[in-house]
Amino acid sequence: MKWFRKPSSAPLWQDEFPVFTAEERYVSRRQFTKFLTLTSLAMFVGNLWILGRSLLYRAPAYPRQAVAGTDEIAVGGVKIFAYPTANDPCILVRTAADSYVAYSQKCTHLSCAVYYEKETDRLACPCHQGYFSIADGSVLQGPPQRPLPRVALERSGGQLVAVRLEGEGV
Amino acid sequence: MKKGGLTAIDGAMALIVLLLIVQIWLLSATLESFLAGHREAAVPGAIVSGILFAACLALYLFVVRIDSEMR
Repeated sequence: MKWFRKPSSAPLWQDEFPVFTAEERYVSRRQFTKFLTLTSLAMFVGNLWILGRSLLYRAPAYPRQAVAGTDEIAVGGVKIFAYPTANDPCILVRTAADSYVAYSQKCTHLSCAVYYEKETDRLACPCHQGYFSIADGSVLQGPPQRPLPRVALERSGGQLVAVRLEGEGV
Repeated sequence: MKKGGLTAIDGAMALIVLLLIVQIWLLSATLESFLAGHREAAVPGAIVSGILFAACLALYLFVVRIDSEMR
């Protein structure tokens, strides 16, 4: 706090809350400008911190995990599974006889579990009426701002295998 | 002279406040996009924030100089 006050032997509280009105010391323009400049420095340091984090970021290694058999669910059916950890619920949808898509089940708004709405062919969040496209997970309607992270699937024999999560935030 | 100096200082302070508002917005926007997984926004965010800070510092030094001349 020394930077923001004039040199004084009195404790800070006496400066700010003096007994007599005449002893009050107001913040000068120069002090206020210094405070604003230091705040600007703090914002710059914040941006540098983000830059450092982004330069040091390493993409996580995702496990390969079998999530379902190709004939396990009917067309229009869904299966809930966890990927990449047990705390990350995902939803697998069979959209056509030979087409499967899987997304994180956590809504990007407030993490409510989304479900597949077969009638409208979209993923819906029941908490705040957020809707996501079944084709690419993009937001169709509602408060979510970001698309659902997509689980990349590969076929291995008669199995659908999750290989990575795409579009996941940090 | 003194009134002109005060006007210059007030103008510089107003400019610093404006730059600071832009910088706060920039930090929140960069953080939002970083947390969303778009790390490419970090470099331009840091560069622009550095320029804004340099401008604030220059205005502060201007205020200090005018203040010293007025006393």
